[in-house]
Amino acid sequence: MPFSDMNSARLVPNGRNGIVRDALGIGIATGAYAISFGAISVTAGLSIVQTCALSLLMFTGASQFAFAGVIAAAGSPWAAAAAAALLGTRNALYAVRLTSLLKVSGPRRLLAAQFVIDETTAMAIARDDPAQSRFAFYATGLAIFSLWNLGTLAGAIATHALPDPKVLGFDAAPPAAFLALLAPRLRTREPMAIALAAALVALVSLPFVPAGVPLLIVAGLVVLYGLRWGSRPR
Amino acid sequence: MTWAALLAAAAACYGMKLAGLSLPQRLLQDPRVQRTVPLLPVALLAALIATQTFSSGGRLVLDVRAAALAVAGVAVILRAPFLVVVVAGAATAALLRLAF
Repeated sequence: MPFSDMNSARLVPNGRNGIVRDALGIGIATGAYAISFGAISVTAGLSIVQTCALSLLMFTGASQFAFAGVIAAAGSPWAAAAAAALLGTRNALYAVRLTSLLKVSGPRRLLAAQFVIDETTAMAIARDDPAQSRFAFYATGLAIFSLWNLGTLAGAIATHALPDPKVLGFDAAPPAAFLALLAPRLRTREPMAIALAAALVALVSLPFVPAGVPLLIVAGLVVLYGLRWGSRPR
Repeated sequence: MTWAALLAAAAACYGMKLAGLSLPQRLLQDPRVQRTVPLLPVALLAALIATQTFSSGGRLVLDVRAAALAVAGVAVILRAPFLVVVVAGAATAALLRLAF
């Protein structure tokens, strides 16, 4: 076996056992971060049932944190919904990349769609063989979906049991969660500049418009920028 | 009202996933769409960080949340796992409130 093949075999384990092991690892990591979502969401004032409904039905981390974060900042539920929906747009592009790999139709497509998130896409497109791609997609999706919802429930119940959840500081934690979600997307200069500009526009517009509207202004401007002046795809 | 907004947002997020699997491929493979959509989370997350750290009730403020964000930033630079970043931010806010 040539050296390069050995290398890629180690990086991307090509057996079903390797895929299951990786899927469980990712599931456990996201399950741990679901605990913090449960804590932030309940501290924001959402009920345990609402918190769990977000993880079951929305099932896309950044959107869920945005929904809870805007509610925590006393924004209107509809401003929270707009932020969550706008952050969910990227999943449509992940789904496009997955369509040719998954080849699903009918009722199975309705089920597969819910699993389309950052992690399942990354695991599926990392395989060369379509059958393994599909297996990786469903194994990762199942592991994350189970542990994400379990973690959410655990975090929500634990936080709800506290007489005053704010004492743990989770009301101040949404920006930390957003930062952890943003950091991996800042690899080049363009997203870095866009992040800074977006933060500035949001802060400057904030005193003059109702809560939640700065986010819509930022979203509108970045769509304009992307459609008109964005750098060519690499 | 919270439930209505929650269910609408969940339906929108699910609809986006399903649309990607269902719509004609060339529509979403348009280079302008491919270029623009990944910029949305970058801009929105940055705007969320700024507004939720430096504002309260529609006014710009500077309080313990700025310190919480700074500590979370250090944790991110040190490549700490997600949960550690969030707990570091929360703990900073909690400790500063106890201290002052």
